[in-house]
Amino acid sequence: MKMTCVVNGKRIEADVEARLTLADFLRHELGLSGTHVGCEHGVCGACTVTLNGSAVRSCLMLAVQADGAEVRTVEGLSDGAALSPLQAAFRKHHALQCGFCTPGMLMTAHALLEVEPDAEEARIREVMSGNLCRCTGYVDIIEAILEARAAYGSARSGGAN
Amino acid sequence: MKLPQFDYAAPATLEDAVALLAAHQGDARPIAGGQSLIPILAFRLAGPSLLVDLRKLPGLDRISVSDEGVTLGAMVRWCDIEADRRLDTAHPLLSAAVACIAHYQVRNRGTVGGSLAHADPAAELPGIAMTSDAEIVIAGSAGSRTLKAADFFLAPLMTALGPDELVVELRLPAWLPGRRWAFEEYARQQGAFALAGIALFYDEQDGVAKNAHIGVIGASSGLHRLAAAEAAVNRRSVDEQVIAEAADEGAGEVDPADDIDASADYRRALVRTLLQRALGAASTRAGGRRERGLP
Amino acid sequence: MTRKPTYIGKPVERLEDLRFLTGRGQYVDDLRRSGLLHAAILRSSDAHGHIRAIDTAAALAIPGVHAVFTAADLEPQVPRIPVRMEGNPALARFVQPVIAQGKVRYVGEPIALVVASSPAVAEDAVGAIQVDIEALPVVSELEDSRAGGVLLFDEQGTNQAITLTGSRGDVEQAMKSADYVRKERFRVQRVAAMPMETRGILAEWDAASARLKVSGAMKVPFATRGYLARLMDLPEDAIEIVECDVGGGFGVRGEFYPEDFLIPFAARRLNRPVKWIEDRREHLLATNHARAIECELEIGCARDGTIVALRGHGLSDSGAYVRPNAVTAPRNVAQMVAGPYRIPNVRMDVTMTLTNRTPTASYRGPGRFETDFFRERLIDIAAKDLGIDRVELRRRNLLTDKDMPYPLPTVLPYGTSGETDSGDYRVTLDRCLAEFGWAEKTKLRGKLVDGLYHGFGIGCYIEGGATGPRENARLVLETDGTISVYVGSSAIGQGLETICAQIAADALGVPMERIRGVHHGSTSVIREGLGSWASRATVMGGSAIIDAVGKLKQAIRDRAAEQFGCLPAEVDLSADLKTVSAEGRMRTVAELSATGIAAEGTFYNSKRTYSYGTHIAHVTIDAGTGDLRVVEYVSAEDVGRIINPGTLHSQVLGAIVQGLGSATLEQLVYDDEGQLLTGSLAGYLMPAATDFPNIRAITLEMYPSPTNPLGAKGAGEGGIIPVGGVIANAVASALSSLDVQPFELPLTPPRVWRMIQNARERAERKRDRQAASLAARG
Repeated sequence: MKMTCVVNGKRIEADVEARLTLADFLRHELGLSGTHVGCEHGVCGACTVTLNGSAVRSCLMLAVQADGAEVRTVEGLSDGAALSPLQAAFRKHHALQCGFCTPGMLMTAHALLEVEPDAEEARIREVMSGNLCRCTGYVDIIEAILEARAAYGSARSGGAN
Repeated sequence: MKLPQFDYAAPATLEDAVALLAAHQGDARPIAGGQSLIPILAFRLAGPSLLVDLRKLPGLDRISVSDEGVTLGAMVRWCDIEADRRLDTAHPLLSAAVACIAHYQVRNRGTVGGSLAHADPAAELPGIAMTSDAEIVIAGSAGSRTLKAADFFLAPLMTALGPDELVVELRLPAWLPGRRWAFEEYARQQGAFALAGIALFYDEQDGVAKNAHIGVIGASSGLHRLAAAEAAVNRRSVDEQVIAEAADEGAGEVDPADDIDASADYRRALVRTLLQRALGAASTRAGGRRERGLP
Repeated sequence: MTRKPTYIGKPVERLEDLRFLTGRGQYVDDLRRSGLLHAAILRSSDAHGHIRAIDTAAALAIPGVHAVFTAADLEPQVPRIPVRMEGNPALARFVQPVIAQGKVRYVGEPIALVVASSPAVAEDAVGAIQVDIEALPVVSELEDSRAGGVLLFDEQGTNQAITLTGSRGDVEQAMKSADYVRKERFRVQRVAAMPMETRGILAEWDAASARLKVSGAMKVPFATRGYLARLMDLPEDAIEIVECDVGGGFGVRGEFYPEDFLIPFAARRLNRPVKWIEDRREHLLATNHARAIECELEIGCARDGTIVALRGHGLSDSGAYVRPNAVTAPRNVAQMVAGPYRIPNVRMDVTMTLTNRTPTASYRGPGRFETDFFRERLIDIAAKDLGIDRVELRRRNLLTDKDMPYPLPTVLPYGTSGETDSGDYRVTLDRCLAEFGWAEKTKLRGKLVDGLYHGFGIGCYIEGGATGPRENARLVLETDGTISVYVGSSAIGQGLETICAQIAADALGVPMERIRGVHHGSTSVIREGLGSWASRATVMGGSAIIDAVGKLKQAIRDRAAEQFGCLPAEVDLSADLKTVSAEGRMRTVAELSATGIAAEGTFYNSKRTYSYGTHIAHVTIDAGTGDLRVVEYVSAEDVGRIINPGTLHSQVLGAIVQGLGSATLEQLVYDDEGQLLTGSLAGYLMPAATDFPNIRAITLEMYPSPTNPLGAKGAGEGGIIPVGGVIANAVASALSSLDVQPFELPLTPPRVWRMIQNARERAERKRDRQAASLAARG
């Protein structure tokens, strides 16, 4: 089945099997292996990407369902040269160990902070509860996201305070 | 857990969608958000020959609020309900229940129609539909029909939908001013299916309750209202004694099974506790929701 | 090390993070190869039975299917997976064939291997294979297993693999003369370590050179190479095990599984690279389970609260086969039952017995979590019975620095023992009490406030780490002045590259930027490595690096001496390792060799390290729902020496949350037919970000370990060890007015609710009896 979408700002045309999930499409057809597959039944969140700005579980979407949509993955979070403020905050707070859940965590947090840059801890925890981590116990992840808020808030207001 | 093979179509009109379902004689399945269906396919618990994607169908994603009540199109997503602040007053019970559904990512995709068609007795929306005595509008090759929730939900995971039929709309009756309501759910974790939940409302006249609607989520063999609990509340002043009686009645009306998560005894006791708390919350303030004692 | 460390002790940001944060990690499923084929496995859906027939015709007919293998392709000798840890002929009787041969013994056991053009087609083909199994009765209860009415291995005449005993002093005499004795039965449930990345293997066979290359996370790559060589009848140096990025291990990844043979076997047979990625449903059935044990433990005390003896019998559920590292947990249950306490008389027997369930083996803090739960519960009960404050009772019995080193119970039949290294275990007790604010906060204990009962639990533990016998490292001073580090330890997500770079940089006395890279695990990077398990990588790998640094400096001097024509002792090596001089002559190190200068180091260790600590929990219980909330959780641990406080802190918190998951949420549930009912992440509940928001971990460097040049104690597992006992003690504390005593994990809401109901019914019956006897007297 033919489909067209935009992935990390780049237009993609593809011909895929109907049963190919968006996660597998990104990983294997496009070679964007930063999005990880942890459960394939919509619980762990490792596969989270954004679809038209909203965080979604890419293992629960067919690639063809992304036809006409704009998808962002972890590879699209920074321009390659430096870490984004959110990524840098994760590193500073030791918010990752094995790194497997990390892309999903980043995409969910990014999607949240774009829309709610003032989210409080309880809200952040609530939103992040759909992303499982086995290594960190979440404390450092939440602290990283709390610190990263400043970058989203100031970005939205054009840097003015 | 790669998905089994199937064909896929994304028709542009409701008529085309219905025609595709009818043509495949029960071997095609509609897909909306896919949050329930894709896991079923991943576990290879179903093997439809065709998926009919509803995402292009026009006009199914509207929320309308009027004197008649609240109407939710089948493709309305949980995040759409969350974002529509009119619902805080137009149907606070719906808002409260939707806040408990699943997780952030699922809420961006999961739909009203999908949830109703899936009919999980532990899910929030079917419980709200049942409690509110809502109507469900269905489209099929024989035309359109409207069913009361009690006639739509036949058994756990089973509805009155024919193989060529789709949910089009959920119609919740108008919410009366001054109504007392509560939503109390207990789930093991944030966003998980409820071990039990109570949705209720009643109206008051001169301090006396009437028109009580009490529904149970998750702790019974199917979706139903708790008629005996409602009877214990109607025409009474809702005080501690009435609450205790209604809670006992309600606990007696549910027939949970023993399963790996909990025993029937536990769920029955949970229903009693939640019913007590819900009636307590409804009677002492304008209403409210609480789930799972989160800090 | 002669200079004040610059990096050790600092929360250096991790090198690994740069690729993980940008999605450039290379986990095994990210590896691409041309001509790659994909494998899927047909697994038994019967728990116990004879395989009568396997019909693969329909599967082979599916376009894209290249092969279907069964035991018939390996007969007459279907290889069996040997025991890695503390091998023993008793254990060897029950090891697992790499594919089911004639019989299946657990749901999930591999029966056939499909290789196809894509994972989806391979899975389609698996669904098309017909298997005819004649069902046998299923052994599910541990008592039934022990009784042996139904045997998993008819020819062995028993389901019991071995009984391990931890023994010290004279327990019979001590119990007889004890002022107080109390015995209880306990149960810890089956759990899954559940790393976020499932297992996976990529095998490549080069027919021309008859060489095999296998990628996929392996904590013990050299051991794996050894097994693979034997089982595939290849020389070891024909096999290269490549370590890539790993999505967590926690003990279950890296031991030799059936797939570790089957995938390389298929690659060699088909002369194509073959990749297998476990899916999550498979993972729940096929990757080692852990902890399942029932135990009766008895404590003996003097009237003043001195603990004089512990005596117990445990029955450990090994599952259907004895896995390579199956013995570790039961062994630790036996040996570590006394934990951090001065208990002179100990006898703990643990019998490993088979059931028709997924095999069990090590998971973080193996055996220690369970045995701590048993013991800490009994200590609280003893304190209550004796009328002694439970903190004071612990303080009196905790080992102090005067006791060090303190001998551990001897493990029979092996005859091995050990001793604690250094520490004063009261230090972390006091620190934890202070950090938490015990005296003030526990005023709430047992009270019902706003519908919630408040309770407080405390527990103490030791963690054994830095297991020997040795580890190796190799350093290469490259011609551009950078240093490449090679180490035999394995990366399992613990920040190994960063830790090693810190240690190397400090030992060499150079900035971290001069460490060009840290290469680990793969058999090609070093001649022998013993891997990462039992919290050994930092101590063993790090100490090996320190040894290698000394040898590198010597190697530089030796080379310079050759070229200068003087003695090595006369060579001056600059602090920045860039120049050598002697007798007025100077040369750059780069000039000494066109290919750089290399040296190997080894650290030998027969003495384990013991980090130690105390945890405290404040919980509330909602009697109406059984809901248990952890209001606050504080840990204090002494690790001897902290290499990177950032990575360590994150690991401790992660371990605590795993423990809280085991204590309250997680369980693998089977029915009587050996079917796993919790077969997905919807059924097996994992801690999420909303569950335990208030956790604090304090790490101390009070008593360095004398066993290694870093002074560090292995510290990756301590956080999980006491959590079960602490939470259970907190529940008992909260419900003390009802005299509720938890003896089983997990403490789920239905279980807590049931305990409260039972307690209320008991109280009511007691009141009725009292009323009746009063009436009778009246």
